[in-house]
Amino acid sequence: MVVEQILFFALGSLLLLAGLGVVTLKNPVHAAMSLVLTFFTSSMLWILLRAEFLGIVLILVYVGAVMVLFLFVVMMLDINTTPLREGFARYLPVGGLVAALMAAQMVAVLSSKHFGFDNFAPPAPVIEGSNTEALGMELYTNYVYPFEIAAVILLVAIVAAITLTHRKREGSKTQDINRQVQVRRDDRVRIVKVASESSEGHGA
Amino acid sequence: MDDLLLVAWTLLKVLLITIPLILSVAFYTLAERRVIGYMQVRMGPMHIGPWGLLQPFADVFKMLFKELVVPTNADRFLYVLAPLLALAPAFAAWAVVPFDQGIALSQIDAGLLYLLAMTSLGVYGVILAGWASNSKYAFLGAMRSAAQIVSYEIAMGFALVGVLIAAGSLNLEKIVMAQSGNLGFLEWFWLPLLPLFLVYLISGVAETNRAPFDVAEGESEIVAGFHVEYSGSAFAVFFLAEYANMILISFLTALLFMGGWLSPFQGLIGGPLGAPSPIWLLAKAVFFMFCFLWFRATFPRYRYDQIMRLGWKIFIPITIVWIAVAAVLVVMGVLERGA
Repeated sequence: MVVEQILFFALGSLLLLAGLGVVTLKNPVHAAMSLVLTFFTSSMLWILLRAEFLGIVLILVYVGAVMVLFLFVVMMLDINTTPLREGFARYLPVGGLVAALMAAQMVAVLSSKHFGFDNFAPPAPVIEGSNTEALGMELYTNYVYPFEIAAVILLVAIVAAITLTHRKREGSKTQDINRQVQVRRDDRVRIVKVASESSEGHGA
Repeated sequence: MDDLLLVAWTLLKVLLITIPLILSVAFYTLAERRVIGYMQVRMGPMHIGPWGLLQPFADVFKMLFKELVVPTNADRFLYVLAPLLALAPAFAAWAVVPFDQGIALSQIDAGLLYLLAMTSLGVYGVILAGWASNSKYAFLGAMRSAAQIVSYEIAMGFALVGVLIAAGSLNLEKIVMAQSGNLGFLEWFWLPLLPLFLVYLISGVAETNRAPFDVAEGESEIVAGFHVEYSGSAFAVFFLAEYANMILISFLTALLFMGGWLSPFQGLIGGPLGAPSPIWLLAKAVFFMFCFLWFRATFPRYRYDQIMRLGWKIFIPITIVWIAVAAVLVVMGVLERGA
């Protein structure tokens, strides 16, 4: 139990620090890496809660795929931090107001009776054994319609994203693999017999 | 006190895995040079120690004593972090690899998922190395590598879904035990999942950035790709990570498709030849490790668009179709689902 608590506090504080880094670091690549660390530590916290399937899938999907694509884009940015600071004074009143509102909302929620260990005991592990199997059973039997609907919505989103960004450009060259494979030697090569100039061997 | 003992015992087990792993990497590099040497009718390193056996140690000491050069305008922190980010997942993945029945550092039920997660993390080392070096060639290598690994991970993941369907478990030990039976090597998953087996093996080569899919390094095009600016021990760490990953993929292919520690003659003949043993696992893994070298000596490098085409238009459709086939086989009872 002691080890679990030490791990929880270590991971929790690391999570908060990394989350802070995402919004404060000026270099976008550093911020993206902070976000990776945030995902990683929150996945560790989930695993501490014995939700190992969700924890590992969080790493697999967000860290392994989504953030790689994120970095892919962010790395190509021309990093110049001076324009970021322009207009800081101008936007300060609006930004400050939004920040104050958000802070007030969070205080209202976090300090109320809707939150905290006193009102909600830590959840007892519901499932014995592998929670991957249990989750699969629930998802594909009791919740199969919501699951399928979510899948279809995601599919529509993919199709929409591709049709919105994919445009036919003039002059782009592509290879037709079928035609490449079907090429015969006679289409490309013509062998010409040329009479040699001298009868004394070749080279010369 | 008990907690402390547990930590010490786990540390000991970790050392029992990592030290042989590092030694295997050392001799794997030597084997690579010797094997490819023989395939190209030359000798390979043979002067340091008998049959060149001490060559890897000479290389390691040379690397360690070289100066670590950090390029100007490089992002120092990420530049130093990148090799570690490449190495850590390559080693962490070994935590769930079983070597015999009941012999593994950790017997977790989501073992296969964990492996997939760990192998997908290795790309960060490559990407960050390329970006932090502040060099065009390194950056090109990183871009290529990121696109390639993200593409092949999908095919690899789907191939593992096939294994999951056939075995009915994510636990690696249960996956191996689901391949036991009375028909020898015909019981293993390579036969019912043959397309997935091939896709997994080829994607494994692509994931480890090895020839013929080594466009991330591409010596003849972009010098050495993502690690062109690295020298000395930092370069050695990238090297270590790459070879540890190759050994890992070889072990996983042996475990998931080739029956792990089960004997190829299981159920056919008795005695020690038909009994399961870690030696079988080692033999199978060494065979796949040899295949990595064989591929490198045999195939010319794929062009980048061909790699993308192979991954997206050929492997992913094959795996999707075969997952359905595997599911039908299991439902029809042709493929016996392991308990």
